[in-house]
Formats: sequence, C-alpha cells, structure tokens
Amino acid sequence: MTTSVGTQHISKQFDNELENIRERVLAMGGLVEQQLINALRALTEFEVEFAQLVVRNEPQVNALEVSIDEDCTKILARRQPAAGDLRLVMAVIKTITDLERIGDESEKIAKMAIELIEKQGPKSYYVGISALGNHARKMVHDALDAFARMDTQAALKVASDEPRSDEMYVAILRQLITYMMEDPRNISGTIDVVWTARALERIADHARNICEYVIYFVEGKDVRHISIEQMEKEISESKK
Amino acid sequence: MQQSNTDSEHRTTAEHSRGENVVNDPNTPTHAMDLGSVVRARDQYHLAEEKICLSIRDFNLYYSDKQALKNINLDIPEKRVTAFIGPSGCGKSTLLRCFNRMNDLIDNVRIEGNIKLHEQDINENQINIAELRRRVGMVFQKPNPFPKSIYENVAYGLRIQGVKSRRTLDMAVEKSLRNAALWDEVADRLHDNALGLSGGQQQRLVIARAIAIEPEVMLLDEPASALDPISTLKIEELIYELKSKYTIVIVTHNMQQAARVSDYTAYMYIGELIEYSDTNTLFTNPKMKMTEDYITGRYG
Repeated sequence: MTTSVGTQHISKQFDNELENIRERVLAMGGLVEQQLINALRALTEFEVEFAQLVVRNEPQVNALEVSIDEDCTKILARRQPAAGDLRLVMAVIKTITDLERIGDESEKIAKMAIELIEKQGPKSYYVGISALGNHARKMVHDALDAFARMDTQAALKVASDEPRSDEMYVAILRQLITYMMEDPRNISGTIDVVWTARALERIADHARNICEYVIYFVEGKDVRHISIEQMEKEISESKK
Repeated sequence: MQQSNTDSEHRTTAEHSRGENVVNDPNTPTHAMDLGSVVRARDQYHLAEEKICLSIRDFNLYYSDKQALKNINLDIPEKRVTAFIGPSGCGKSTLLRCFNRMNDLIDNVRIEGNIKLHEQDINENQINIAELRRRVGMVFQKPNPFPKSIYENVAYGLRIQGVKSRRTLDMAVEKSLRNAALWDEVADRLHDNALGLSGGQQQRLVIARAIAIEPEVMLLDEPASALDPISTLKIEELIYELKSKYTIVIVTHNMQQAARVSDYTAYMYIGELIEYSDTNTLFTNPKMKMTEDYITGRYG
C-alpha cells in the first residue's frame, strides 16, 4: 500500500479540494442511501408518502453528480494529480456514476411502489423482495463505509456479498413465475414486482462497483470483471 | 422483408451520407476493427523487453569526500526516452554528466563501479573521450549556440571531423535542422547570427547541432526550463520525434514534463535511485511512498 492521501500536500489548498470532493461523495452517498431506504419503506409498508419523497428528492442526487463531476474536472485541469491523488479523483468520478444509478433505481422502485399500492396486490409478493431489499441496502451502506474509511477488507467483504443478491433475485423470480402461472390475472401486477427485484439486484451490482473503486484507489489495482477469489489474491499480494 | 418506397429512399441517402464505410451485409458492423488492437495499451513499455543502451552498475561518485551518487544500478533502454526526476541536489544531473564523462572536467571527482555504452566501459583509460562525446551528445538548460551563423553552428561538428564538401555540409545542415523542427523558421536566414534567434529557437538549434554529428544518445539537462510554454511544447514534441532514432535521457524539474515525454522514469533522492519503472506505472501507481510523496507534491 503506497498511497499517502491523508498526509498533507505542500499546497494546503489542494488538500482542501481533495477533502472537499471526498466529503461531497459521502454526502451524496448518504442521500442515495436514504432514497433507497425510503423507497423500500414505501414498498414494504405501503406508505405512499415515502415513495413521493423519493421522487421529489431525485433531482438532488442528479445535481450532486453533476457538481462533483465539475469539481473533479477542475482538479484534473488545474492540479494534474498523480499517483494516489489521481486514483482518488478517478475513483470519485466512477463512484458518483454508480451512486447516481442507485438513485435512479431507487426512484424506479418508488414509482413502482406507488403503482403497487394503488393496485393493492397481495402482501405475500413482497416477502422475498423485502429480504433482497435489506441485503442491497446493507451492501450500499457498507460500500459507503468502505469508501469513507478507504478500507479494502471491508470493500472485499461487500463485493463478496454481491453473488447472494443474484441468488435471491433468481429465487424471487421463480416464486413470482409460479404466481403468474397460478392466475394470469396476476401478471401485470407481478411484472412490477419483477422489475423491482431487478432494480434491487442492479443496486447490489453498483455497490460492488463502488467497492472495486475503493480497492483501485488504495492498491492501484483494477479488480473489475474478476472473481472474488482473484480479488482476494490481488489484495493479499499487495499486503506482502 | 418488405419496405415502403419512402423508407428505402431514406435508407439510401443515409448510407450515402455515411460514405464508403457502409457494408451492405447487415451482419457486418459498419466500423469493424480488430478488437485486440483497441484493448491493448498503445504506449505500455516493459523494461525486460528492451534493448539496453546504457547499463550502470554499482556506481558511486564522490566530490572530494562527499558522496553524490550511491550505488546506482540502472539500465537505460535504446530508442526510448528516460527521465530522471528528483529534488535539487539528488544527483540526477551528476548521473547524466557521467554518461559522456563531463564530470572529468571537475576536480576531485572520484568514481567507482562502471557504466557501459553498448557493452563498452566508458570509463576505461584508453577510451577516446572526444569520440565518446560524439556518440553521446548533450544539450543544456540554457541554449548555448556559438556566436556564429545558424549554418556554421550546425556544421561545426562536421567541420571538426574534417568534412569539407560543401554539398555534404549543406545536406547535413538541412537534415539536422529539419529533424530539430527548426528548418522552416530559419531556411531563409541560415547565415544570420544564431544569437538573433529566440530562446526556443536557439535551444532547437543546439539540438540540431547535436544531431548533426549523428550521436547514439542525447542527454538533455533541463532542456526546456528556460523556455516559454509554447517553445517547451515544441521541444517536447521534438523529443518524441527524436526517440525513433536516438536514445534520450532527460533531466527535468517539471514532473508533468517527465510524465508527458518519457517512456521510463527514475526517481532519485540524495544520491540514491529510489524507484525506476515505466512512466505509466510510476505516475499512476508508484511502489515507494517516497516517490508518491514527491510526484504528488507532498515532498518537503
């Protein structure tokens, strides 16, 4: 581990700029996490106000993405960061893209919650969804935690939780297909639940991506598109 | 597949406007290209795959009793640009000067270890130093043209070598000035005094003078630090052009310049070589914390 972000630059102003974008990413992460929590609450507790709140707050997430992107561009142009500083800026640019997508997916879930509440489908649809929702929410929370502390072990842990969300998604799909086969009148309502499950599965993927950027920043290693085992190996190699 | 008339007309115009790339077979992508060449990094070098031009082994240098270089081991690859970076007094210029024995001119310098230029030890007694300096040319921070005409500056080295033919000299002068990207600016005033050129032009003239005698290695000691940004970029562009013919070693205080022009970078600190690797790795993921602190502006 060679990164020295955290120790001070000769230019105090540069320190402030980097610290500022980090703080703003965490603020954006907090907002996105709240969006997801509210969307899930609307969905599982049939509370339409929370879904509306998510839809209202979505533009804030977008605005944060644009504004942090601008800050990163300014730093690249004016500071020409190298090594760990460069990797931090790259990690931030990528992280906010994934955060924005999580925000989008949360908004989708909220909108579907509004529809589902109107249709008043049977609660039994949501048993699996609620478990997947909690799993995805925890992954997002832990990914942001790993980002805040730039902790590769925590990042690896989150990444290794991701395949579980795929399994849960497949199980939900199987369950919903049986509902649809039982009574074709269920299909339109069930499709919405399918899309919701899909959105949650995507959110888990985005959380994993964020963890990969944390590892990239700290270790300088690109761990995208490789298995968890290879990822573990990459990290343990650099510890030597 | 049925298509209405208007539809197919539309399609034809669209195809025309896209030009010759259009392939009628719908299964062939329009912009088919070799994916492998897209995925591969364009400028990733690996030292293990290079031919080595200069090889420095267990090299120490002392000014009187003060040690200025400590146990340097370094291979400089042929026809690549290698940059030495490090804070003032780290020994990077001293090391550069060893490659054509410029340190011989300083009293009380003592060296240990060896430097080989293509397997030949350059510190052997019987070596012809004038010949070594022809093979290893040097350009300094401050342009130092002779107070002669532009033409005579470039022809100087060849004249010393005994070249008298006007035609040979004319050709060599033009070729060198072209290679130094200066020809177009001075072609109509070759016989004007070189001191009338701008700083950036003088520096390129000095590079042309060095090229004229066909060296193998070019040592550049802060070649752009006295120049304005445009002249600096011209010199950098020139360095990029020159590496197809010469091995280039550059000392620079400007880290972004090292990042822009070099293929390999060596970071030195108080006489020691701290880290040496390909430039992409050194500037994105250095192994040593000292290197990282220096290139990110945390040194001091």
